[in-house]
Amino acid sequence: MADFETPEIKEFIGIPALQEGSMAHSSPFIAKENHQEALGYPGELVENWQQVALDKMDDLRTRYRSFQVFLDSCVKCGACTDKCHYFLGTSDPKNMPVARQDLLRKVYRRYFTFAGKYFPKLVGAEDLTEEVLDDWYSYFHQCSQCRRCSVFCPYGIDTAEISMAAREIMDVVGKGQKYCNEIIGKVFTIGNNLGLPGKALANVLEGLEEDVEDDTGVAVKFPLDVKGADILLVTPSADFFAEPHIDGLIGYAKVFHETGASWTLSTTASEAGNFGMFIGSYENMRRVSMRIRDAAKELGVKRIIFGECGHAWRIAYSFLNTLCGPFDFLDQRYPIPQHILEYTWGELEKGSLRINKEENDHMTLTFHDSCNVARGSRMGDYPGGQFDYPRNVIKAVCNNYVDMDPKTTKEATFCCGGGGGLLTDDLMEIRVKGVLPRATALKSVVENEGVTHMAAICAICKSQFTKTLPYYGFTMDQIVSVHQLVSEALVMKGSEQEADLDGTDSDDTEE
Amino acid sequence: MSGFIAALLWVSLLVFVGFTGAKIRQYWKTPAPLKIPTTPAPVTQTGVVFRMAREVVLFESLFKSNKWIWVFGWMFHLGLLLAFFRHLRYVVSPENFMWPVISNVIVQSFGQYAGFAMVIGLLGLLARRFLVERIRYISSPSDYLMLVMLIVIGVSGLMMSFVTHIDVVQLKMFVMGLFGFDFQSLPESIALIVHLLLVVVLMLIFPFSKLLHAPGVFFSPTRNQVDNPREKRHLAPWAAEKYNDHVDK
Ligand code: HEM
Ligand code: SF4
Ligand code: SF4
Repeated sequence: MADFETPEIKEFIGIPALQEGSMAHSSPFIAKENHQEALGYPGELVENWQQVALDKMDDLRTRYRSFQVFLDSCVKCGACTDKCHYFLGTSDPKNMPVARQDLLRKVYRRYFTFAGKYFPKLVGAEDLTEEVLDDWYSYFHQCSQCRRCSVFCPYGIDTAEISMAAREIMDVVGKGQKYCNEIIGKVFTIGNNLGLPGKALANVLEGLEEDVEDDTGVAVKFPLDVKGADILLVTPSADFFAEPHIDGLIGYAKVFHETGASWTLSTTASEAGNFGMFIGSYENMRRVSMRIRDAAKELGVKRIIFGECGHAWRIAYSFLNTLCGPFDFLDQRYPIPQHILEYTWGELEKGSLRINKEENDHMTLTFHDSCNVARGSRMGDYPGGQFDYPRNVIKAVCNNYVDMDPKTTKEATFCCGGGGGLLTDDLMEIRVKGVLPRATALKSVVENEGVTHMAAICAICKSQFTKTLPYYGFTMDQIVSVHQLVSEALVMKGSEQEADLDGTDSDDTEE
Repeated sequence: MSGFIAALLWVSLLVFVGFTGAKIRQYWKTPAPLKIPTTPAPVTQTGVVFRMAREVVLFESLFKSNKWIWVFGWMFHLGLLLAFFRHLRYVVSPENFMWPVISNVIVQSFGQYAGFAMVIGLLGLLARRFLVERIRYISSPSDYLMLVMLIVIGVSGLMMSFVTHIDVVQLKMFVMGLFGFDFQSLPESIALIVHLLLVVVLMLIFPFSKLLHAPGVFFSPTRNQVDNPREKRHLAPWAAEKYNDHVDK
């Protein structure tokens, strides 16, 4: 797999000279027939694929204002050309956001505009050929739909919207991506992206209960499918087994325990992630989301809270109400849905959690803003709350915190390089190259400010970083979950940690 | 010649208004099915009006993005706007209530120099297109030609203001005649003919080219949506029809 060169990490994030075609070879595995058909798409490239593609493009531009306006409005000013982490990491000009859009726009122009029909050369319009389709497949799977380009475009043109549309077009002609489509299929049949069945999930949770009790002496519960619980927690399935995700899950459970909340997970909605967005399919995105509504109704909960996951939070915050609202059966006094950080920060503000920050003193933290949270959602009731909530929580539980270069944080944050359905081994090269800007910013605070760990609030970010940052000399354990930090510092009532702090006797023996 | 140009001006104006209008109608009618403002975004409608105003007047996002493009682009557009206002004196008669606004010193004298700002801005943008590898890569012939055309419009206009000087009174009679269907002859000037012919071309290509960014920016969902999806359910008509069956359940 690893027959590529890891880019050299420099002092600063520089703009590379163009190397045409340098990533043309990068394409993910194509979805098999059964992956395609489970989602309602043809199993292989249909015979009249050109016509089908153009019809779909026409359909999309009548249903999505973004698509139509963005196709028309770009003035080729070039402001976005140096904003994409994949361009910065690969030097391939087709990874410049406007060039990526143009792969589709040139076809739109050719078939749907006066200028492109009659003067194709003049306006850069092109026929939809097999090579163009291959380029689409390659380069629309080198976009993590992170929306960084949209922040910097004078018209807010969002390449993510274009690449979602392109992927939907490719799905309907029968050229879908294996990774995304297979996973969506698993959600429908099993309930989560990992294909972790209910039994296995119950075992994992039981194991966690034992671990936490061993660690703290407190019987913290990880309830599953409890009817009548107040809160349904929906969290990415990576939280059930991957590192450092699982430490975050332990953090949520401890916070719920300590605040006396009645909560539950659900087997049928054991996944916050929703790859329906990545493939640009309203229908599939809705179908995946619907499980959450159904689970909430069936369990009779009053609130829905989402765990640490970036794209899941974008869909939950921005789209859930649209896709499967109204949620009039939930308690209207709480945000619907709510982010776990909104919950935890609320409790920290109320003072209902006892914190011993010294537990985290062996670390100096920095924080990676996840693209979907930063640019596609909000926390709290004011614009930009999504930047403050995680930082507030980290600072409330850690003494040492440093931000990275402001050109790489908050709304200007760089994607981890693994979002948008690219978190698969067959795209390792683009993932390693795409993490370069973040790695550069991290290296700078590590060297100059003594940062030891980077906290994240997204399952994809955490998986991507632990896998790709080692290519640049970092170690896996430098990535932590925000709720892992909470978990470390939280002093639960009746715990060994409380006993240690207060000097009262604990009946357990220390390890 | 005058009659020919008069006819072209009319045709191009009709094409411009008609087809740009149709485009605006298309943008208006096409729903945005999902809430996709680029956050942090305003949480109220008033906030959105201010955000849009900052984009249109100051090019805020472009400013964050690239200072060179911003400087040249902003000079060009501000120059264009002022020059446009200055041109209104040919169209508006002194009895019109708009006259005091148009004829005042600020518009007329700044307007005169705005042409320079416009041309300098355009030259800067053109230079970037040639010099910056990344922008060269994304440019089509039409992108260069459009800039060249605008430069020629600007330069021919400046020629008439500062070098050859044309008969402004006669020009005004031509323009007033144009709108009153009482066609008068144009002052004789090559610069003027070039200027007017290229304006004809500009109006003709406007609705079929990237110049649609001018109406487009107002319809961009990432900039014009209120960030309130949790508070208010947003639903497009096609989605309500096809994907809302759970509500009746
Ligand atoms: C609402 C009004 C308008 C807004 C907000 C607007 C905004 C912008 C912005 C932000 C850019 C990108 C930066 C730049 O290259 O300058 C741009 C480019 C451009 N605008 Fe406008 N514009 C408007 C109206 C117009 C009009 C009426 C024209 C007609 C001549 C025009 C012609 C152009 C051209 C030719 C470019 C491309 C410049 C290049 O090639 O680099 N704009 N506009
Ligand atoms: S959305 Fe992100 S990954 Fe895609 S082109 Fe824009 S900056 Fe690059
Ligand atoms: S910043 Fe926007 S308008 Fe400029 S080239 Fe990029 S997509 Fe086009």
